[in-house]
Amino acid sequence: MSRLLEVEDLQVSFKTYGGEVKAVRGVDFYLNQGEVLAVVGESGCGKSVTAQSIMGLLPKKVSRIKGGSVTFEGEEILGLPKKQMQAIKGSKIGLISQDPMTSLNPTMMVGKQIAEVIKKHTDIAKNQIKVRVIELLAMVGLPNPEQRYSQYPHELSGGMRQRVLIAMAISCDPQLIIADEPTTALDVTIQAQILDLLKDLQKSLDTSIMIITHDLGVVAEVAQRVAVMYAGVIVESGTVEEIFENPDHPYTWGLLNSIPKYGSGEKDRLIPIQGSPPDLFAPPTGCPFAARCEYAMEICVQEMPDKKRTSETHHARCWLNDPRAPLVKDLISAGRAE
Amino acid sequence: MYIIKRFFTMLVTIWVITTLTFIIMHSIPGDPFASDADVLPEEVLENMRAKYNLDEPLPVQYLLYLKNLVMLDLGPSIQSETRDVNTLIADGFPASALLGIQSLVIALIFGLILGIVAALNHNGIIDYLSMAFAIIGISIPSFILAPLLIKYFAVDWGLFPVASWGTWLHTVLPSLALATAPLAIVARFMRSSMLEVMNQNYIKTADAKGLSTTGIVIKHGVRNALIPVISFIGPLAAFLLTGTFVIEKIFAIPGIGKYFVDSIFNRDFPVILGTTIFFSTILIITLFLVDISYRIVDPRIKLTSKGD
Amino acid sequence: MIERSNDNVLFRPIDRSRFNQEELVRPSLSQWKETVLKIVKNKLAVLGLILLVVITFFAIFGPHMVSYSYSDQSLTTRNLPPSSDHWFGTDALGRDMWARTWYGARISLTIGVAAAVIDLILGLLVGGISGYMAGRGKIGDRVDSILMRIVEILYGIPYLLVVILLLVVMEPGLWTIILALSITGWVGMARIVRGQILQLKEQEYVSAAQKLGTPHRKIIWRHLFPNMIGIIIVNLTFTIPQAIFAESFLSFIGLGVQAPIASWGTMANDALGVILTGQWWRLFFPGFLISLTMFAFNVFGDGLQDALDPQAKD
Ligand SMILES: Nc1ncnc2c1ncn2[C@@H]1O[C@H](COP(=O)(O)OP(=O)(O)OP(=O)(O)O)[C@@H](O)[C@H]1O
Ligand SMILES: [Mg+2]
Repeated sequence: MSRLLEVEDLQVSFKTYGGEVKAVRGVDFYLNQGEVLAVVGESGCGKSVTAQSIMGLLPKKVSRIKGGSVTFEGEEILGLPKKQMQAIKGSKIGLISQDPMTSLNPTMMVGKQIAEVIKKHTDIAKNQIKVRVIELLAMVGLPNPEQRYSQYPHELSGGMRQRVLIAMAISCDPQLIIADEPTTALDVTIQAQILDLLKDLQKSLDTSIMIITHDLGVVAEVAQRVAVMYAGVIVESGTVEEIFENPDHPYTWGLLNSIPKYGSGEKDRLIPIQGSPPDLFAPPTGCPFAARCEYAMEICVQEMPDKKRTSETHHARCWLNDPRAPLVKDLISAGRAE
Repeated sequence: MYIIKRFFTMLVTIWVITTLTFIIMHSIPGDPFASDADVLPEEVLENMRAKYNLDEPLPVQYLLYLKNLVMLDLGPSIQSETRDVNTLIADGFPASALLGIQSLVIALIFGLILGIVAALNHNGIIDYLSMAFAIIGISIPSFILAPLLIKYFAVDWGLFPVASWGTWLHTVLPSLALATAPLAIVARFMRSSMLEVMNQNYIKTADAKGLSTTGIVIKHGVRNALIPVISFIGPLAAFLLTGTFVIEKIFAIPGIGKYFVDSIFNRDFPVILGTTIFFSTILIITLFLVDISYRIVDPRIKLTSKGD
Repeated sequence: MIERSNDNVLFRPIDRSRFNQEELVRPSLSQWKETVLKIVKNKLAVLGLILLVVITFFAIFGPHMVSYSYSDQSLTTRNLPPSSDHWFGTDALGRDMWARTWYGARISLTIGVAAAVIDLILGLLVGGISGYMAGRGKIGDRVDSILMRIVEILYGIPYLLVVILLLVVMEPGLWTIILALSITGWVGMARIVRGQILQLKEQEYVSAAQKLGTPHRKIIWRHLFPNMIGIIIVNLTFTIPQAIFAESFLSFIGLGVQAPIASWGTMANDALGVILTGQWWRLFFPGFLISLTMFAFNVFGDGLQDALDPQAKD
């Protein structure tokens, strides 16, 4: 498997009235060809900002990439000239955005909005573009694709709009699809359909997907690997099995505890993580999760833990994995975890 | 259906303003011929009163006026024996319409360009300069600006004729004087509309599609930002219309605006009544057309629903 | 760097109570303080406010600073340019322009403020009743729809034309102008107030208060009014200059205050003929002051609007 995308030590800040928001503070992850990577984390932890930095979509005036690199197909694409980046966006990397309700131009027919991408990146003959768009609309499971072509976004439901956005993202056979919470804004039954669609498309088109979500159920369903993000850093990453069966970070434990488990005989409680993420204006010097961590130690507030490798694919940033740290079960028996 | 409903509202509005105008005009105590009463014999006065239907009771006068109005007859003038209100309007309309439309076009084209450029240069030097220009343009009333234009461009530098009407050169200064404030208003309006649109998610989508910046700005930005501006043309037309009163007066342009101001000065009530109704009708029709075209341009609003 | 010898200490569980203390909440300013701060930060808005204060100051004290009154005519001092004696020069009747200009400021500001306040009261009444009654059973909806039908029709009438008509038939004067301006001016305010109330009524706390049977008066004063003050003030900063502008426009076409009373509009009208003869001060002072007042209100109003807009960009 070859590397398709590699993000290293990405740092992004925003200028705001209140000062500098350090939204992304050294993010590392990679994505192999044909793989589905899920990036999970609470709202506001910097998932969308990471995705936007990869695609060069950050608002230029207020944002600043402070460091790091993004390598796509072996080429550095961070800070690529506008023209070259435009050739990649929409053609090699497709984006499915977080909010289908507002992500389509309300005064342009949806078909035209897809046709635009094809016209820009391919040399399909003009009269064939519409045929191709209708084909795409059918592919993403929209009924009556011919009629849909000339409808406006407000005439479609949220799920249909998301399908249109998916059609748009896959219209030029991209190597990578970045799906930013593709199901968050939809209701449950539609969520499942959209996920199935993404899974099918990934197989049939043989692309890679970076799917952003805060729903571990989604992760288990579609992804092979997971990166857990917290307050602008990846705190743990690994294969789905590693993360679900052998998580190394208390934040991941918390996330796993907060999904409802079915079929385990008794009704498990849903345990939300107490507290809220740190202020990104002045992020703590130590581990950002320390303040909410039941196992926090003195060192956690003083120094950011390094990436610690437990397998070829499994990394975590947590002092508990340090050999000097006490065992977690001792901490628990000491009455720490209630 | 919306258009029909809207059309009837328009008719009602025109009727209300006609009635209102009529009542206001006839609430003045006294006789418009009072000043002539000393010099003219009683029979002549009677004749004149009959000519203007003043010998009838008020409700009858009102109905007669409405009847004539439906037949597009606005009645005679008191000041002028030969020219009734219809002739007056027919005389003045071409000049006023040219002036108004020319100014509207100037205001829209340059206002839109200025607003778009400013928005794209948000918080940059061009943005500040355009907005400085806009705020100054809004602050200076046209009746202050017009004399200044005359003084410099016509008298001191001799670039344009001082006043009056005739060639196209005559139209330049009045059009500029009339267009400046609306231009500034359009620029500000377009700028904020454009800023709002460029912040929308679908602009990000367009960016993610790899479209060129110009493509994004024109096809997705400007097109959407223009829609609210359309609804703004109505008030703009009203603004221009009242503007013509002073501009035509200052530049001595033989338009309806000038006749209107003159008739106010002479207290020529039939002319005031007639021109007011004419102006209101034009404006109300403009508002109607703007409203309809707004609904046609914006696919989100259906012509069939009310959708306020 | 961390002292490695302290490892045992460092890897000891932390006393978690300290987080609670550290969890300093960002001092949340009250909405009013925040608004004021935002305005103060906006230099243009501050400039506007200062200009308004200065203009008001001179409108009050300006005429008393010279020994001439605004109406004193003098054959010997006609058309004098500005000098140490007549700071703004004199007009064709030998009247002191300084006294006239600031007296005109008084007139213009009075008209602007009075018309705007009357608009506000009428608008609050009609818009308030309409918005409050909407959705309260059959009668409520009926009241709302009748009021709104009236407003809708009045809104379609070009208001300056009506004002002109009224002025043609009424006795000219200060209060006539104010009356004429406010007869038509309240419609816009009524629409805004109604829209605002309908929006607020959707809010949970208001509907909860209604369900709990809180008396109407209390709901209006506790919940509705405080939340509308912002938009009302912003609207005032736009209706006042509008009225001032309308007054100068009307004076200019001969329907404003009558001589010898001065207003900026009548002074500009008087000066029309003489601008070409080089008596620039006749047009300059009233013209400049109208423009400056418009400018001041506009930038201050803009600043206020931005400050009150919770999602203000930039
Ligand atoms: N344009 C911006 N200006 C200022 N701050 C921003 C901007 N965009 C994002 N941020 C900040 O960056 C942080 C991360 O935002 P981001 O949108 O990446 O969160 P997210 O993980 O995608 O959350 P969600 O799950 O809600 O989508 C947030 O604290 C946010 O306030
Ligand atoms: Mg997001």
